[in-house]
Order: sequence, then structure tokens, then C-alpha cells
Amino acid sequence: MRILYFARLREAFGASEELTLPEGISDMEGLVALIRHRGGKWQDELSKPFRVAINSSMAGFDAPVKDGDEVAIFPPITGG
Amino acid sequence: MEVRVQEADFDAGKEMEKIRKRFADAGAIVSFIGLVRDFSDGRKVSGMTLEHYPGMTEKMLRVILEEAGKTWSILDATIIHRVGHLQISDQIVLVLVASPHRQDAFRAAEFIIDLLKTKAPFWKKESTSEGERWVDAKESDDIAASRWIE
Repeated sequence: MRILYFARLREAFGASEELTLPEGISDMEGLVALIRHRGGKWQDELSKPFRVAINSSMAGFDAPVKDGDEVAIFPPITGG
Repeated sequence: MEVRVQEADFDAGKEMEKIRKRFADAGAIVSFIGLVRDFSDGRKVSGMTLEHYPGMTEKMLRVILEEAGKTWSILDATIIHRVGHLQISDQIVLVLVASPHRQDAFRAAEFIIDLLKTKAPFWKKESTSEGERWVDAKESDDIAASRWIE
């Protein structure tokens, strides 16, 4: 799957990465835990408020994810 | 209905003119223009850079217009949101709503900008006297958006 990062998270992690979902991870909560578990900046940045989207729609942490999805992780929105 | 995300500035008069001539039964056009101001949380601001999530942004702006159309009578509407680097007093966002009657145009325009601030994926990075900083989401914006959901 493709993971996109925006704003503060893009500066910390880069704009995007490709990731193959390991066995046993099937929702956003599991995916975020996997990324956070890398430690360092991943742990730090994902301890601050953030939102997630799957295939360009806002999603909850219980939302299912699968290989082929475009997932986006970003700080709370500040447009307008 | 028109939704645009662009670096270039916009001409609100020209956009209004397009809408005005399109519907003979339009009785009112309400416009909202958001601007870059020179203060934020007690800091002096000298400019800002706006980032967005291409594709999702346009999709969410269309969803917001559709939602507004379910509650108010809207003949036509335009949202233009700028991205990239902006200076003080620059225009950030334009919302235009044309309706048969002013009440619908006023309410729909306010609904659209309130929802945009919490649903459309844009992020502001301000240049301030203390360096650059990502703007934190405001609780007051969540409250403004949530009062429409009742």
C-alpha cells in the first residue's frame, strides 16, 4: 500500500512510502501501531494529534485497510 | 457548481459575474473571502504557505457543496482555495453562493466555510517573528462546524 504524509508529518517522515501489510494487520489502528513502533521520530510525531484517510476519505481507527489502499496520515486540518 | 484549488490569485468580481448571468431566478449572491492576517496567537505573522492533499481536497469541497444543497436552495456555488506561498492581506479562499433568496445564500455560505475549515485537507504554515510554525487546529473551528449538525 501507499502511505502519504502531509504538513508536519511530511517534514518528519517524507512525502510517501510503500509498505506491504504484514500478516495480522487489518485496520488503521494496527497500521499506525506498526509505524509508531519504529520508534524515534515515528513514536514522537504519532504521539501528537493526527487524522487518517483511506482512499481520499476520512477514516476512523477501526477502519479496515488492505494492500492496494492509499492511506494518508496528517495533522488536524487548518485551511480556510 | 465549481471547485478549484490553485496557486494563482482569483478575481471575486469576475467569479460573481459568471454566476450572476447563469440563473435568471437568482435573487442573491453571498460571498466570503478569507484573508492572510498579520497576527496569530499573539505572534506577528509575515506570510504563510498552504499545503493540501490533491484529489481528496477537491472531493471534500464537492461533498460540502452537495451537503449544503440538501439543506438550502442553491442555484450555483463556487469555492476557490489557494495553495503555496501567500503574503499578508492576500486572498486565501473564496466562497460564492447564489440562491433565489438571501437567507439561503447567507446560511449556505457560512455552512460551507465552517465545514471547509474542518473537512478539507489544507494545512497552514506561518512565518512569524519566532520562525516558521505549523498552525494548530482550533477548537473554535470544530465548534463552528459542529453547530450545523443538529
